[in-house]
Amino acid sequence: MGKTTTSASIGTGLAQRGHKTVIIDFDVGLRNLDLIMGCERRVVYDFVNVINGEANLKQTLIKDKRVDNLYILPASQTRDKDALTQEGVEKVLDELSEDFDFIVCDSPAGIERGAQMALYFADMAVVVTNPEVSSVRDSDRILGILQSKSRKAEKGEVVEEKLLLTRYNPERVEEGEMLSVEDVKEILAIELLGVIPESEAVLKASNQGSPVILDSDSNSGQAYADAVGRLFGEEIEHRFLDVEKKGFFKRLMGA
Amino acid sequence: MSIFSYFRSQKKPSSASVAKERLQIIVAHERNKREQPEYIEKMQQEILAVIRKYVEIDDEQVKVNLDNNDECSILELNVTLPE
Repeated sequence: MGKTTTSASIGTGLAQRGHKTVIIDFDVGLRNLDLIMGCERRVVYDFVNVINGEANLKQTLIKDKRVDNLYILPASQTRDKDALTQEGVEKVLDELSEDFDFIVCDSPAGIERGAQMALYFADMAVVVTNPEVSSVRDSDRILGILQSKSRKAEKGEVVEEKLLLTRYNPERVEEGEMLSVEDVKEILAIELLGVIPESEAVLKASNQGSPVILDSDSNSGQAYADAVGRLFGEEIEHRFLDVEKKGFFKRLMGA
Repeated sequence: MSIFSYFRSQKKPSSASVAKERLQIIVAHERNKREQPEYIEKMQQEILAVIRKYVEIDDEQVKVNLDNNDECSILELNVTLPE
């Protein structure tokens, strides 16, 4: 939960920093990145068309209208789950890597082919988790697949793994009703990239088809911007982890 | 903290700590399983088949475990025979 939102925001953040970035939707059959990025009406060809040689990348990539250096490669809506072949995906990624600094692969849920293909060629994996039992358990399974079935693992190398915790609610954590960042970190034992607070801004952003990182007034947008900064090795303290103490005046104003 | 909430918190642990405990157990279990070589499961099936030639047992009555220490691996086979 939050994978597409996260791909959209991290990809946008990378491009904002001047790096040529493409975000690929691997969710064959359930295309949604286009909707989150607000380019759903500009889709002509898709990932599977490129793999099958029915269109080239230039015809298929959608250039973002807000941020320079940002492109989207939409998923196909075919029902054929085997449309993503490993050779086909590799060929497209190789071609993209000649031209782009970063390729963000938006993985579908589950551990089916789409998810396997999204992670197979990865150098780094951002595992998006909610502070909820089923989500944390699934993330551990995905980590297991990264450590055994990815190309790097097959070569005896290691995929860099980062944890991104979304829909975090400090109030509920304080009340003991939600797993804390520390709990999730302890269970999954990977480096923390960021914590995105649960916020109305995320829904608002997806309603409008604009990645939430562009809403720089919102907590979520700022938390994503921090996460992108950490990807570049910047030391940024994690924010929005504690309950905001409302002062008397703020409470009076209802803010 | 009021005296009432003190008593309440004594009654049962928070749901988050229950969640954490459950997750730690299941994740450790699944990791263990993952790290076992793939032949273990097949071997378990075959051992089971051999024992079944002689006695009637359920799947759960044979446990195969592989423990990896630094120097050596220990294969532990545990069969519960019916009385």
